[in-house]
Amino acid sequence: MTPLCEFRSVGFAYPQGAHGRPPFEIRDLSLALSPGEVLGLIGPNAAGKTTVIRLLSRVLEPSRGEIRIAGEAASQLSRAAVARQVAVVPQDVPQGFPYTVEQLVLMGRFPHAPGRFFESREDLEIAREAMAVTGVAALAAEPMDRLSGGERQRVVLARALAQRPRLLVLDEPTAHLDLRYQAECVALLRRLHRDEGLGILLVSHDLNLAAEVSDRVLLMAGGSVVDAGAPEDVIREPALEAVYGCRVVVDKHPETRRPTVNVAWPQGEATMGG
Amino acid sequence: MTASARLAWICGGLLVALTAVALGSLLVGAAPVAPRAVLDLVTGRGPLAGTDRTVILAIRLPRIIAALLAGAALAVAGAGFQALTRNPLAEPSILGVSAGAAFGVVLGQVSGLGQGIVDALGLTALGFAGALVAGVTVYLIASTAGGLPVHTLLLAGVIVGIFFSSAITVLISIVDTNRLGGVIHWLLGSVAPIPPASLGVFAMATAAGLWMVLGQARALNLLSLGDEGALELGVDAQRVKRRVFAGAALLTGTVVAFVGPIGFVGLIVPQALRMLLGPDTRVLVPAALLAGGAFLLAADTLARTVVAPAELSVGVLTSFCGAPFFIWLLRSRAGRTAP
Repeated sequence: MTPLCEFRSVGFAYPQGAHGRPPFEIRDLSLALSPGEVLGLIGPNAAGKTTVIRLLSRVLEPSRGEIRIAGEAASQLSRAAVARQVAVVPQDVPQGFPYTVEQLVLMGRFPHAPGRFFESREDLEIAREAMAVTGVAALAAEPMDRLSGGERQRVVLARALAQRPRLLVLDEPTAHLDLRYQAECVALLRRLHRDEGLGILLVSHDLNLAAEVSDRVLLMAGGSVVDAGAPEDVIREPALEAVYGCRVVVDKHPETRRPTVNVAWPQGEATMGG
Repeated sequence: MTASARLAWICGGLLVALTAVALGSLLVGAAPVAPRAVLDLVTGRGPLAGTDRTVILAIRLPRIIAALLAGAALAVAGAGFQALTRNPLAEPSILGVSAGAAFGVVLGQVSGLGQGIVDALGLTALGFAGALVAGVTVYLIASTAGGLPVHTLLLAGVIVGIFFSSAITVLISIVDTNRLGGVIHWLLGSVAPIPPASLGVFAMATAAGLWMVLGQARALNLLSLGDEGALELGVDAQRVKRRVFAGAALLTGTVVAFVGPIGFVGLIVPQALRMLLGPDTRVLVPAALLAGGAFLLAADTLARTVVAPAELSVGVLTSFCGAPFFIWLLRSRAGRTAP
């Protein structure tokens, strides 16, 4: 089966590093995501997770290697063609002009007919369906700047669904959500995955979330993949401690038997950055 | 109601308002002409010669068309710059683009370009070039890795504006003094009757600029998500920005070439429309076209009637309305972003 997306020995370096440090680099990164698979991408800050998203959505172009989307070289596809396959749910949308929820969700229809001036009736139906799925239909006429962080997150998810992608890329999907919405978000992701066969790339700091919903997880550090495999094979104490540089306790969730991670909180002897 | 039906209603309403302003403007002026005679002349039934004919067809009508074109072009340029910079305070005169265009045009004027059609083309090209240079400079000064911060952008606009204004002063102080009267009147921004052929150039350049902005209207909406957000949705952000920037600079350069640097129309009109109609660029740009034309025509009609037979310069009038509006906008924006 052709993977939904594939990185073949991808290399990339930012032109310059922050505050005099050497520029951040991705070296020889290979990964593949099959249709309908949920891949969790985990790793500490500055591991390169966001860079992977940017490379996949063609915000950045790799300097070495190749990225293939649904079997075709991404560099040969138009931006709109990429956006029809891959939808990115960013952590937040910038606060700009006060577009309404419906207007924002309709923006997800752009890649399907970039030359069209107004969206079609069908576009509107797809957008309304997406808003219903993420529970923001009642907010359709609200301007974005009046919503709470959790509501905005669900609107952005609705916009990504309106793209009708085959691969959904989620960047910290539960960052702004309280426990109830986190649970609903997981339920929603599972439903989308089951009913629509959507492939999901989940990029998260939340190891418990990644362990819970992913078929496979990829542990990144310093721009390379350190480990990959089933959650219970990757999310283990020695590997995490080596990558994160702190003591952790990995346990099993009492209900789902998936791994759970807890920090072994230091008792005052450690220092920041030490 | 569908989006296109809504746009049709809005444009219909604005067109009615614009026609009313245009009719009113035809009827008033320093020389008294009976309303009946005005109607006859405009509908082609009037006398073939005479003072009334000259006043209406050679003075008032070309001036009305020039005011409509200038207002429309400025408002569309303002809407374009605002969407481009994701900043409701952006506008040709505040961004220094008008001053750049003015420098180009003054350069043409002091080197002898006048009223003919070739001169009109030359002045438009020089205005466009000046607007491009100023705009690119402001952009280079203000852009950082994270985008275009509001205060840096405004500051860069002010600096570039002052620079080009000084350059204009230098230019006019080294040329023949008896040419200065016209240049200074033009620099204040004033609509004067323009010969038909030049008016054609004005209309065509405005149409081209409008097309460049309006064609990217949907993509401009997506640009409000930030460059990265727009790229992720399939928008070629750099191409969209270049086109809209070129279009807005062409509109600004053209207006400056024909009627001078009139300030604040590009700020007030799109801003007021955004409050009334929402931020959708696809609605905002056509609405700005019509409302901008009507607004500047109303202002110009006032400018030529309140102190008749003398005239105010319309740029002075729009700045009188625009400055308080800008202050209010800046204050309300500061209030909104403060914790």
